[in-house]
Amino acid sequence: MTGPIGLYLPGRSVLHRLPAGAKLAALVVAGAGSLFVRTPTQTGIAVAVVLLGYAVARVSPRVIWTSFRPLLWVIVPLTVFQVVVVGWEKAMVIVGVIVALVLLANLVTLTTRTTDLVDVVVRVCEPLRVLGINPERVGLMLNLAIRGVPLMVELAGQVREAQLARGHNVSARAFAVPLIVGALRRADELGDALAARGFDD
Amino acid sequence: MSRQTASSSRDLAMVAIFAGIVGALGLIPAVTAFGGAVPITAQSLGVMLAGAILGPRRGGLALVVFLVLVAIGLPLLAGGRGGLGVFAGPSIGYLIGFPICAFVIGALTYAVGAPYRLSWGIVANVVGGVVIMNVLGVVGMMLRADLSLDAATTAALVFVPGDAIKAVICALVARGVHAAYPGLLPERRRRSERHDAHA
Repeated sequence: MTGPIGLYLPGRSVLHRLPAGAKLAALVVAGAGSLFVRTPTQTGIAVAVVLLGYAVARVSPRVIWTSFRPLLWVIVPLTVFQVVVVGWEKAMVIVGVIVALVLLANLVTLTTRTTDLVDVVVRVCEPLRVLGINPERVGLMLNLAIRGVPLMVELAGQVREAQLARGHNVSARAFAVPLIVGALRRADELGDALAARGFDD
Repeated sequence: MSRQTASSSRDLAMVAIFAGIVGALGLIPAVTAFGGAVPITAQSLGVMLAGAILGPRRGGLALVVFLVLVAIGLPLLAGGRGGLGVFAGPSIGYLIGFPICAFVIGALTYAVGAPYRLSWGIVANVVGGVVIMNVLGVVGMMLRADLSLDAATTAALVFVPGDAIKAVICALVARGVHAAYPGLLPERRRRSERHDAHA
């Protein structure tokens, strides 16, 4: 896991250029609207509209498939179950709505930069200032955490190498303890560095 | 009192790094139990660890940060899933359960304080990480996938044995971490004057 992590797919379509906030708002509206979808026809239209969005964003069918595939583990057993219990029509609506919403959310993710989404989160947190939450600190924390994932993978590699060098067999517990202690020490250093730069309040 | 003043920057860094740990655990391939709605993952171990090690506030917050990272499109959920789509899926109950479980485990663990007690740790992990997690998971499946209580419970029961094993592993790891990195758990005895005299 090196290089940028994230699911963003660069492009220049209308959907790519739309502000991140607008896309997230649309997603929230679609989620609320999904409660009113009742018939298979409406469900079909919803799925078709979402797929049209993918066409506009020029996302290749291969990418759609890759982003959708993990959901099959849920969708296939669920479809079988619902067809048996409530019959074809209702099953199509229940499963179709989930598929449409997941596809739509994936579309937002594919066409929006992670950094833009962090900015939206920071802006959404602005009213939370009243509760004593500082939006800039939220942004800082998110960026640190994004950096934290490759950091942990790197640390895990170091711990494993150290154990192999000492001839240890890699057992889960003997691996997890030094890894987490190492992570906590890193966090200490990071905290000190932040405090030294005046982030403490 | 003068020992390691808990700086807010240090807490912030711990929360961020633990969000990273939970994410990294999601990269470990999951074993998928067919017929259930959620794969068995090392990730729920991360949820328990966050609570057992960081305590209620920092642990719960680490999982909130983790969920925000998932929402903004990092493929950190077990099985390489990410993006807003997962919040529309049937595992939503489990996702919402992540921070809540970390908080509950943390609250129970920190209520007893240092030194970490293995037996109590296991109890805390089972209550927060197995019972509450699965109750929320079941509610999520009922609402999101229109499953009946019976069907959702059956789907969830598949994961309980795995979760129970993880509760024990988490307690063993947490004991090791608290022994190697003291100062996180609150002292069980309030009067620590003898400590200060020594220092």
